[in-house]
Amino acid sequence: MKLSQLNPGERGTIVSFTDIEMSVKLMEMGCLPGEVVEVERFAPLGDPIAIRVAGYQLCLRKSEASVIIIQ
Amino acid sequence: MADIRIALVGNPNTGKSTLFNLLTGLNQKIGNFPGITVDKKIGFSKLPNGKTAEIIDLPGTYSLYPKSKDESIVYQVLADQQNNSHPDLVVLVADASNLRRNLLLCSQVADLGLPMILVLNMTDLAKKEGIHVDINKLAERLGIQVVAMSARKNDGLDDLKTAIINTSTICTQTSSIDVNAFAPEAIAAIKEKIAVKTDYYALQILHQHEHLAFISEQKQAQIKEIKQAHGFESTKLQGEETVARYRYLSTVLKDVVADTGAAKKFKITDQLDSILTHKIWGLAIFMLILFVIFNAIFAWASYPMDMIDAGFGWLTEKGHEHLPAGLLTDLLLDGVVAGLGGIVIFIPQIAILFAFISILEDTGYMARVTFMMDKMMRKVGLSGKSVVPMIGGLACAVPSIMAARNIESWKDRMITIMVTPLVSCSARLPVYILIISLIIPEENVFGIFNMQGLALMAMYLIGIVAAVVVAWVMKFLFKAKEKSYFIMELPVYRMPRWKNVFLTVFEKSKTFIFEAGKVIIAISIILWVMASFGPGDRFENIEKKYETALADPKQDADHINTLISSEKLENSYVGILGHWIEPAIRPLGYDWKIGIALITSFAAREAFVGTMATIYSVDGGDEDTNTIRERMQASVNSKTGLPVYTFATGISIMLFYAFAMQCMSTVAIVYRETKSWKWPIIQLSYMTLMAYVAGLIAYQLLK
Repeated sequence: MKLSQLNPGERGTIVSFTDIEMSVKLMEMGCLPGEVVEVERFAPLGDPIAIRVAGYQLCLRKSEASVIIIQ
Repeated sequence: MADIRIALVGNPNTGKSTLFNLLTGLNQKIGNFPGITVDKKIGFSKLPNGKTAEIIDLPGTYSLYPKSKDESIVYQVLADQQNNSHPDLVVLVADASNLRRNLLLCSQVADLGLPMILVLNMTDLAKKEGIHVDINKLAERLGIQVVAMSARKNDGLDDLKTAIINTSTICTQTSSIDVNAFAPEAIAAIKEKIAVKTDYYALQILHQHEHLAFISEQKQAQIKEIKQAHGFESTKLQGEETVARYRYLSTVLKDVVADTGAAKKFKITDQLDSILTHKIWGLAIFMLILFVIFNAIFAWASYPMDMIDAGFGWLTEKGHEHLPAGLLTDLLLDGVVAGLGGIVIFIPQIAILFAFISILEDTGYMARVTFMMDKMMRKVGLSGKSVVPMIGGLACAVPSIMAARNIESWKDRMITIMVTPLVSCSARLPVYILIISLIIPEENVFGIFNMQGLALMAMYLIGIVAAVVVAWVMKFLFKAKEKSYFIMELPVYRMPRWKNVFLTVFEKSKTFIFEAGKVIIAISIILWVMASFGPGDRFENIEKKYETALADPKQDADHINTLISSEKLENSYVGILGHWIEPAIRPLGYDWKIGIALITSFAAREAFVGTMATIYSVDGGDEDTNTIRERMQASVNSKTGLPVYTFATGISIMLFYAFAMQCMSTVAIVYRETKSWKWPIIQLSYMTLMAYVAGLIAYQLLK
């Protein structure tokens, strides 16, 4: 399942990434496989989304969230 | 002059700039890094042993692998010993409440082999959140000095300065991960070719050799060969390295960080976010904030601006009274002083806009603005952060273009800078008002709407629509050199730091005066020369012509002087240029008089009204709009005998002013912000073309 498919309040554990370049950036910012992510809220127009991961809040576009595979 | 050079390195939002301000105070200056638009912030700090340290504030980054051109400067400065900003010592600033992520960069910098100190900033906040860090244990495990600080509260500065003095020039950091395992053969091959301090340095050369200026072209080619021969997969290895470092950091931080309050940490921020980024309330509050900012730079700034205007006017007047009359005095007062006045007048708007922006950034609200507006702005090729410069453009493009500095993506920032001057600024208002009063009847439609008011609103709307359309077109024209990410941290809300706000305002004003000011002064002197001199003896002939009239006490001397100025302007170089461009602007419905105004308007758009006043010889300058209007209304084309200011010409003039880049200050600031003449010239060209075509179409359709 992709992170972009979650609704606010739902959470999952990062398993892997589908885009290698993006994965480097995401991992550097703390989104490592094994970390729990929670979708906090959507922007007023539904995109981007705000997530909580590794003890802080991050926001990213849905297209970027779709490279994160969670379970 | 400095005894030691120190670089501040760290993640974004770690209070790096606050620490920089704390160390250097007002003793800072802004320089350039070659090739990128990020400012190089340098400051000086006195150490307790009497020595002076030069401090360089590097852009915030999450790792040594740059994701944008601006971030690449961090690697260049740290890895290239020949770089003229290369530091003797790195102070790595980390957010104590999110240590693991912050230490990723720390361990990379440590492995490069530079002497370093770790500053745990915001320890007061971390403590409040229930996070306790065992400083001694951490220092022991990393092998470097660790200083706990709270830069916001001025805590720990002395400890940091002492640590700087105590740092040896030899690296003490313990080794972290087994770098060699990533690419053993390639690293060995690099070490044969280039003398490197550490394995990690060799690995970094494999990843980012093209960023290093000291490596010769021949060596660059050899490195490429090595990479190919050993199948070096840069992106994949970066990912593996990141995972390995996080694994290592987990062991480093074991029993070092005690977190007892992770849950309550975000409570206030969460509550604020549920309102401030709410579907309806969030947007409403943002609109309200924008309105306050707009109102401030539009209305509040007008008081100090009027005072500055009056002050420089007074200075010029008194100067003319007391200094000996002559060319030098005229150059000094009408060229230089007027030019200076034209620069200083922007300070209130710049100061007010940057005070607001700095508060919005500091509190963490700006990140939410980007978050909320991103989807809408992305459609037209802009970023969520473009909203503030675009709205600010309604007051003045100059501070707004400076504000585009906050947009991280190069492409988004360039497009914002390119389209912001299309938004109708306050300098166009006098032009619109004068022309609207000439060509639009003062009538009400549907009983309530004033026609002139509607026309004015239409002009503002046209500007905004044009900016959006041009941005959308540029989205396809601009080739992004870098992949643009939106991924960004939403920092917790904090109170603004007033010292930072003050320093930002001070820095921005200073930068504007000294960097854009040079260009503005130069152009105003050129314009003054062109308006004050004419070829041959034309000026003397005019003076001779009126000599007898002036000597006659029965005639009004002021009125005659006005006539002289008017005739001189017509015969000056500007006037000749106005005549010269007449064929080109005739299809737009303009005569040479409007041509002169188009040229002088380049100093500032509102000069249109003043020029019209001189040309139509109105006593009392541009204060007397009614008389200018009457004379303009009465004026007829000498060739056709028809009125000059018809509805078609009026609309054409307004459209021309809406689109044309009639502002030397904007040109100067675009040059300063993009660090090249290429962008202001492109902007000047496309806007002039747009203005010409719009004026042409309007006049030809309406005449």
